[in-house]
Amino acid sequence: MTSKTPILQLEHLGMTFPGHPVFNDLNLTINRGEFWSIVGENGVGKTTLMRTILHQLRPTTGKVNYLPSVNAVQIGYVPQFRNIDSEYPLTIRDFVGLNLTGWKLPWLSRGERQRVEAMLKQTGLTKLANRPIGQASGGEKQKAYLAQALVERPNLLILDESTASLDPVTKTELLDLVQQINQTLDLTVLFVTHDIPLARRYTQQFLMLTPQGTEQGAIDQLTDQKVWRGEAEHV
Amino acid sequence: MFSYEFMRNAFAAGTIIAVICGIMGVFVIARNMSFLTHTLSEIGFSGAAFGIFAGWTPLSGMLLFTVVSSVIVGQLSVRAERREAATSAISALFIGLGILFLSLANTNASYATNILFGSVIGISSSDVTQMLVLSILVLIVVLVIYRFLKFDSFDHTGALVKGLWTNTLSVTFLVLLALSVSVAAQIVGSLLIFILLTLPAATAKYFAHSVGRMMGLAILLALVGVWSGLALSYVTNYPVSFFIAAIEALFYFIALGWQHAQTAAKN
Ligand SMILES: Nc1ncnc2c1ncn2[C@@H]1O[C@H](COP(=O)(O)OP(=O)(O)OP(=O)(O)O)[C@@H](O)[C@H]1O
Ligand SMILES: [Mg+2]
Repeated sequence: MTSKTPILQLEHLGMTFPGHPVFNDLNLTINRGEFWSIVGENGVGKTTLMRTILHQLRPTTGKVNYLPSVNAVQIGYVPQFRNIDSEYPLTIRDFVGLNLTGWKLPWLSRGERQRVEAMLKQTGLTKLANRPIGQASGGEKQKAYLAQALVERPNLLILDESTASLDPVTKTELLDLVQQINQTLDLTVLFVTHDIPLARRYTQQFLMLTPQGTEQGAIDQLTDQKVWRGEAEHV
Repeated sequence: MFSYEFMRNAFAAGTIIAVICGIMGVFVIARNMSFLTHTLSEIGFSGAAFGIFAGWTPLSGMLLFTVVSSVIVGQLSVRAERREAATSAISALFIGLGILFLSLANTNASYATNILFGSVIGISSSDVTQMLVLSILVLIVVLVIYRFLKFDSFDHTGALVKGLWTNTLSVTFLVLLALSVSVAAQIVGSLLIFILLTLPAATAKYFAHSVGRMMGLAILLALVGVWSGLALSYVTNYPVSFFIAAIEALFYFIALGWQHAQTAAKN
């Protein structure tokens, strides 16, 4: 690995919804090019943490710092849920292109169109590009969300259970793609998942949220038993 | 029918309105703002009544009321569920005010029906110029913020992540909508403006799958409605809004039927 440049620092971060503490005094430094998995049981606060990192939620205590500056960090986010109903009209191609806001003319430039096509190809969506995204399957939607996040070439990518509805082959294909960009372009990735074997295969570090507190470390210390302690006892 | 100046003016005005409504309508539908658009048109009615009462033109009163209220609604739009109820309350208040202003202004009933339901005969060439200027203003702003507005309207989640200034965009859009409502009210009347601002775009959504195509189709549908409405109204002497409403609603139901048949064929 190359020398470590921090791009994101969480300092004493705490989040409490009215009458309901989610996490507390969370300290974490994420360096450029790292691939993290974020694990923990349902409702423990993974999505809340991601939304705090994105400044969509204001933390109750502590700070989220982007280094060297917020502007330099382009974030791609593939959220767990999205408001796309079955009558949503845009095609997958147009949906992916929405994220291109750099050039100011209403229509996309030739270069931008090429970027969209390349992204569609990399995510295996070329054949489906003209299908309205409202009519796409759950997995196809996830691919389109990923393509949209990647088309603007982010340097921080946040995936919130984006592979949960994918079949095993597609899952591997998409994570291979993310891994490839992670390695070649130094893309930093935060991958929220419940799939520990998958996390072990692709990521380098983990952050585990539990109702008692957080734990972080190298990925080879992460085991199913560790995360699903409660269940492991019953087995 | 084009030998009459008022008919030429009406067609020119109708064409401008159709173009503006087609473009703005696509965003109205994408942002789920049909209901708010309806309310803005009622506020427009109240503003027009106030304009008459204050001795201004109806258009000036309308512009004042819709623009101010759109900024207020924009600040108020914190929670979607609460917005519906708040919007209904505001709309009730403004209809009441509109009726009050009209009775205070002591104008006759036909003037009131003109504001509510529109009128073809009243349009002068200076009205057309005024509408053209306002419409061009709206179009320029839309053009400048187009990509941001498109992203925010069709994928609010994505736009938020991107850090787009979604609140500013939302207020800007509401002000543009207020301008469009005031422009369109000149011909279809304030109670029926929302037809042109919602139905053509809602119909287009079923047939076109890119923002550009949706706009093109919505403009076309609005143009067909307005032009044939004007012509039919000229021939029959029935109100133009009736024809426009009937034609646009017909298109919409055809689209729904088509969509239904498509889904049925798939299963
Ligand atoms: N806006 C909110 N207001 C109040 N409570 C909330 C809010 N958002 C989340 N919560 C609560 O915070 C806790 C953490 O939710 P969060 O969505 O972060 O869990 P998660 O770890 O992502 O779970 P999952 O694995 O099911 O996605 C939950 O108990 C949830 O009910
Ligand atoms: Mg979650």
